[in-house]
Amino acid sequence: MRLSGWGRHPWADGALLAVRTGGDVTRRLRPAASLIARGNGRAYGDAALNPQGMLSMLPMDRLLAFDPATGLLTCEAGVTLADILAVFGPRGWFPVVTPGTKFVTIGGAIAADVHGKNHHRDGGFGAHVRSLDLALADGRVVTCGPGREPELFAATLGGMGLTGVILRASFRLRPIETAWIRQETRRAATLDDALALFEQSGDRSYSVAWIDALAGGASLGRSVLMLGEHAVASDLPAGLRAAPLVSGRRGTLRVPCDFPGCALNRHSVAAFNEAYYRLAVPGTRLVDLERFFYPLDALLDWNRLYGRRGFVQYQCVVPRAAAAGGLRRLLTATAASGLASFLAVLKLLGPQGAGLLSFPLDGYTLALDFPATAPVFALFRELDAIVADHGGRLYLAKDARMDAEALRRGYPELDRFLAARQAWGARSIFHSLQSRRLGI
Amino acid sequence: MSGCALVLILGATSDIARAAARRYAACGHALILVARDATRLEDDAADLRLRFGGAVETRVCDLLDEASRAALLDSLSVLPGIVLCAVGLLGDQAEAERDPALAERIIGTNFTAPALVLGELANRMAGRGSGVLIGISSVAGERGRASNYLYGSAKAGFTAFLSGLRARMAGRGVRVVTVKPGFVRTRMTDGLNLPAPLTAGPEEVTAAILDAGRRGVDVVYVRPVWRLIMLVIRMLPEAVFKRVKL
Ligand SMILES: Cc1cc2nc3c(=O)[nH]c(=O)nc-3n(C[C@H](O)[C@H](O)[C@H](O)COP(=O)(O)OP(=O)(O)OC[C@H]3O[C@@H](n4cnc5c(N)ncnc54)[C@H](O)[C@@H]3O)c2cc1C
Ligand SMILES: NC(=O)c1ccc[n+]([C@@H]2O[C@H](COP(=O)([O-])OP(=O)(O)OC[C@H]3O[C@@H](n4cnc5c(N)ncnc54)[C@H](OP(=O)(O)O)[C@@H]3O)[C@@H](O)[C@H]2O)c1
Repeated sequence: MRLSGWGRHPWADGALLAVRTGGDVTRRLRPAASLIARGNGRAYGDAALNPQGMLSMLPMDRLLAFDPATGLLTCEAGVTLADILAVFGPRGWFPVVTPGTKFVTIGGAIAADVHGKNHHRDGGFGAHVRSLDLALADGRVVTCGPGREPELFAATLGGMGLTGVILRASFRLRPIETAWIRQETRRAATLDDALALFEQSGDRSYSVAWIDALAGGASLGRSVLMLGEHAVASDLPAGLRAAPLVSGRRGTLRVPCDFPGCALNRHSVAAFNEAYYRLAVPGTRLVDLERFFYPLDALLDWNRLYGRRGFVQYQCVVPRAAAAGGLRRLLTATAASGLASFLAVLKLLGPQGAGLLSFPLDGYTLALDFPATAPVFALFRELDAIVADHGGRLYLAKDARMDAEALRRGYPELDRFLAARQAWGARSIFHSLQSRRLGI
Repeated sequence: MSGCALVLILGATSDIARAAARRYAACGHALILVARDATRLEDDAADLRLRFGGAVETRVCDLLDEASRAALLDSLSVLPGIVLCAVGLLGDQAEAERDPALAERIIGTNFTAPALVLGELANRMAGRGSGVLIGISSVAGERGRASNYLYGSAKAGFTAFLSGLRARMAGRGVRVVTVKPGFVRTRMTDGLNLPAPLTAGPEEVTAAILDAGRRGVDVVYVRPVWRLIMLVIRMLPEAVFKRVKL
């Protein structure tokens, strides 16, 4: 079966083997096998691709236990956040950490140690995992967590499926009173304004900025900042108070087929950016959870907007102390290239968690989407040098092209990760196109 | 049948049955799940309880074993309103040609065991004067093919059994539904190269099952095209049929 990540670049042709139970997984782990677990394929690049075999975790979608006293949920690794939202949202529970799409599995959320708009306050997904069951290369299943086999746990958080197959996990949900967010919108005319706003908003639960990556000169870094707090019942107008956990269910639209690759070009993106910036009315309003956290999910298959050649995302993080200079250089290089990034997002991250290859570190993360073309790859190499100069690194869940050198420079715990991978026998079986490319 | 009848699912760990269990539970039915693998049954039951909040019981039972069957029937303190039988075994035809024990298991799993259990449940439902029995058979039972005639002949037996039972139960308040899914993407067909236009997902089979249960249809082809395909296959003269590789 021909498969790709969310960016539809690159592709791999290989067997996708559905697993329904832990037993199905361990039966597949024969000594000569080469495999990688695949969740819902929302990583952008080649992390969940292996032409020699991929285990589809989606059939392992059972919810197993929930403790309403603590919010601790135990479920199989193929359960998606969308599932959890549908079941537990109306009962007043929400994932403590959620990425910008709800269509990810719990296995994928742990393997990438995903971050949300609240990383500065709550850390990554892994910080809320109590324990997980991991199928190792030799077929044993080991339970690990912060207090049990902590080194294996640390290697598995953000370990991109390279330590074993996560079968199930226990993690915390947070109580919510309503299905609404009090969203405050603010405009920042320059990069410095944007960073200042983030710094002032460190006590806010959620923060994220959309940034105009085409704007240069005096407007470099102009952004629209969105800050959010869970609304409590008394924040809601009387009409919504009767059913505070129900938000208006909006339909979803599907992108019908591949768009011609030119639909997103410099001119259409510039026009969009201008309109977005002007129309972002500063002020506070109520938005429903789904719209706040998953604005893109309303348009299913939006990755097809980029046409057949697919697209690549560049997501890097620059440490806080170097952020102003680093981001300025990254944005200047991007604006100068004339290449249009349709989605450009700036977020504040908090300190690094336990994961040896977890992406977040105390600083600012910038994410840019581009079509997968030669000039874009050339720009990325330029950006790599800037990221390295400022002590930053790239996110493996978005990556389809970084080299081994960039990984080594960005991830100081790489050797510890490799030692764990060796110690648990994972090197012999668990490979992805990404791990091969990076030589790990 | 009342909206919230107790549903008994035989072969509950099958992908088709799991999808059906979620649908039934979502509609508020209490469930009893039956299969051999205790751990899987417990995990499935926990999932259904958490998602839908209804009552879900499990029974571990090897339907090929007479004592186990009897124990299952004895354990039913309340007679279910709906019974769905998804028990089945495709088996390896070539291997079964050499191994009579496997051949017997294929025949028993697809025909004798389900027939004996459904027969007994039908008697009890007739006594009460109400009930729905849904048996998943197969288009493979419409003509014995070289590539899977052990499975096919057992399904043929099961189809004939369901048809006779339906006729006997008519007028006694008990409905009998025969489901012929065509190809379905499940554990049974993992690794087989199935033609996409003829292949349904478990959800689609489930939707057809629930719909048939409600509307009182006797025989369901999940994708209608299968009715046509099987008509053609049945019409082929034996002299031709012998020679085509199917
Ligand atoms: C629109 C969009 C927005 C996003 N926003 C964010 C964001 O805000 N923050 C963020 O952090 N990420 C974000 N992401 C990235 C996404 O959260 C991660 O890539 C996540 O890992 C995807 O999960 P998945 O289930 O689709 O996994 P896949 O893409 O299928 O796999 C990703 C990795 O997880 C591994 N994996 C999957 N399941 C298992 C398992 N059971 N056991 C072991 N390894 C496993 C795979 O081997 C692979 O290395 C976004 C992605 C999209 C498409
Ligand atoms: N998939 C298809 O293309 C297709 C097409 C036509 C018809 N069907 C029919 O649809 C039904 C469901 O099939 P599926 O594809 O979902 O297959 P499946 O996953 O293999 O399901 C078979 C079920 O039968 C149970 N079972 C087998 N032997 C048993 C025994 N001795 N005692 C108790 N339970 C037993 C299994 O449970 P445990 O193993 O856990 O005990 C499992 O729940 C079957 O009748 C099959 O013949 C399938």
